[in-house]
Amino acid sequence: MELYRSHVLVCGGTGCHSSGSADIIGRFNSEIKAHGIEKEVQVVQTGCFGLCEVGPIVIVYPEGAFYSRIKADDVPEIVSEHLVKGRVVKHLLYSHSIEEDESIKALDEVPFYQKQKRIALRNCGVIDPENIDEYIAFDGYKALGKVLTEMTPEEVIETIKVSGLRGRGGAGFPTGLKWEFTYKAKGDKKYVACNADEGDPGAFMDRSILEGDPHAVIEAMTIAGYTVGADQGYIYVRAEYPIAVKRLTIAIAQARQYGLLGKNILGTDFSFDLELRLGAGAFVCGEETALMASVEGGRGEPRPRPPFPAVKGLFGKPTLLNNVETYANIPQIILNGPEWLQSIGTEKSKGTKVFALGGKINNTGLVEVPMGTTLREIIYEVGGGIPGGKKFKAAQTGGPSGGCIPTEHLDTPIDYDSLTAIGSMMGSGGLVVMDEDNCMVDIARFFLEFTVEESCGKCPPCRIGTKRMLDLLNKIAEGKGEEGDIEKLEELGQGIKIASLCGLGQSAPNPVLSTIRYFRDEYEEHIRDKKCRAGVCQALLQYFILEDKCRSCGLCAKACPVNSISGERKQPYVINQETCIKCGACMERCPFDAIIKR
Amino acid sequence: MKTLKELEEIRQRTLESVNLRKDRTGTRVVVGMGTCGISAGARPVLLAFVEEIRKRNLQHVTVTQTGCVGVCRYEPLVEVYTPDNEKVTYVNMTPEKVKRVVTEHLVNGQIVRDFTIGVVEKKD
Repeated sequence: MELYRSHVLVCGGTGCHSSGSADIIGRFNSEIKAHGIEKEVQVVQTGCFGLCEVGPIVIVYPEGAFYSRIKADDVPEIVSEHLVKGRVVKHLLYSHSIEEDESIKALDEVPFYQKQKRIALRNCGVIDPENIDEYIAFDGYKALGKVLTEMTPEEVIETIKVSGLRGRGGAGFPTGLKWEFTYKAKGDKKYVACNADEGDPGAFMDRSILEGDPHAVIEAMTIAGYTVGADQGYIYVRAEYPIAVKRLTIAIAQARQYGLLGKNILGTDFSFDLELRLGAGAFVCGEETALMASVEGGRGEPRPRPPFPAVKGLFGKPTLLNNVETYANIPQIILNGPEWLQSIGTEKSKGTKVFALGGKINNTGLVEVPMGTTLREIIYEVGGGIPGGKKFKAAQTGGPSGGCIPTEHLDTPIDYDSLTAIGSMMGSGGLVVMDEDNCMVDIARFFLEFTVEESCGKCPPCRIGTKRMLDLLNKIAEGKGEEGDIEKLEELGQGIKIASLCGLGQSAPNPVLSTIRYFRDEYEEHIRDKKCRAGVCQALLQYFILEDKCRSCGLCAKACPVNSISGERKQPYVINQETCIKCGACMERCPFDAIIKR
Repeated sequence: MKTLKELEEIRQRTLESVNLRKDRTGTRVVVGMGTCGISAGARPVLLAFVEEIRKRNLQHVTVTQTGCVGVCRYEPLVEVYTPDNEKVTYVNMTPEKVKRVVTEHLVNGQIVRDFTIGVVEKKD
């Protein structure tokens, strides 16, 4: 392999990819060639760096210069100035990566990365995911070698158990126990499966791991195969993740070529192979029994448990099913020892968790923090706070299965148990931040609409119950709410939680119940005063023209699509509330900010 | 099919080339590549450093460039920063001189006094 004096790392994660990173790579290659330095400088496409907000991201080593929001047209300047003459192009650098004395900060000193500890994401943004050698260089497949030559399955299980690793897919079941159950289950054939059916709106950590470090998952699944006694594995990934699918396919082919998958791995008598299964994107297929039905080629519907997959899983055989992020932790635990993971996190939740930050937050992106980090640290330090100096109202964790966390719990150290105690859940790690402009009734409605749409329809509590809850929420948001509606929502919610067949229904009422728990006054306002304080619920709003600010220019009347605004010269204009459709066009058009909604 | 030993070889070989992306604490060789440096022949000097470092498999040395440092009459100019933050400035560099700097300074820790700015200035 050539030795290059400089490496240009261009993010090829989904976020940066869709804002044009492929063009940027092409431009780098052509510019570098034009300057005749292609033997000195290497351009590498990596996985996600996490700071998607300021993408596309380009990092140039050895300086570690962090360029943000790069366009293809910026490339010639970076090449001719930085790569040829060695002058870092300051005006293109990410502003938080520059020290006061104008030198460049190391990447892990940038505020966004400072509080992070990257285990599952450790190779994302560092290696080329389509090059197995780079994964191997950073200790890849070393854990597999250790397991196959030095450890018995019992020792692997003991290591995982002692480490305290819990499932990163949502419920937080101890991973070591799951491995042990599958290992002890009797069967002539066993399977290992990976749940990459990431469905929570806004969550994209599994996708980023598959795109940025696919070999970590392949290595971990092979270790799992050896441990539980399986020779075949399946990765169930959504077809909507084309980059992840492509890189997984390449990675599997490379691993086979190196004999890291297939017969007699590393010269031992252990054989194992992997296959991809593409899901059509039904949310319910993230539920383990529905996922297995789908892998088998059946309809993606859940079935009652027990029997659990460890006893009766894929094709009726004992099956080990873990989530992508859980697998990504395994090689590191084998290499560093269980005590290492134990030293990170809280008493009952060890290690780190990846969160997908979204909503009203400055640094939208992917962050990995030790368990026990507070919500305040994630939002204000890693996430860079809320844009426009607005006030924090709530954070939603766990997607449609989780709940809202209000201001009073901002300082709760986040782990599986503390989140459950305050009425939310870890879930897969979606974290949506909401400010004073978000209406909590509307948020509950948004998530419930999602579950109503995604309910598979097999059991009535989920199919009919969630629909009835949504009807009630719609009624409240439209200003037709009555006394007793909140109580009805609570009663229905409790019933659905108890009676539903699978996790989807059992957790579907959570967003409604938790918003009622913490923001009951907002619900009551909607019902009693017909008022939405955040100004979101259209039916409860009225647009008004402020007489003292109106300059009678008539622009609003022209903008109104239903001719509901009238007025004369030198007289303030007036909105006819009877015919107004509350589209907001007048407010946008007014040059004097004379139109308000309340 | 790869054996564990072959995997280790791939690891060593690739690490050499990707090490650059992690290590910021080792020795840094900074070559002045302003207009003055380039016209005085900084590029062959830079390439000579990369080549010598590769040959000797020096894992903790990175080669970077910088602009003009102001003493254009001594270009090509090279600064070597060691982990203890000591800086040595070599002047009037050539690819031949690079070999000595790499063997004596980077490998054995002996500064090549004859090439340093202090000694050269006195001679002038």
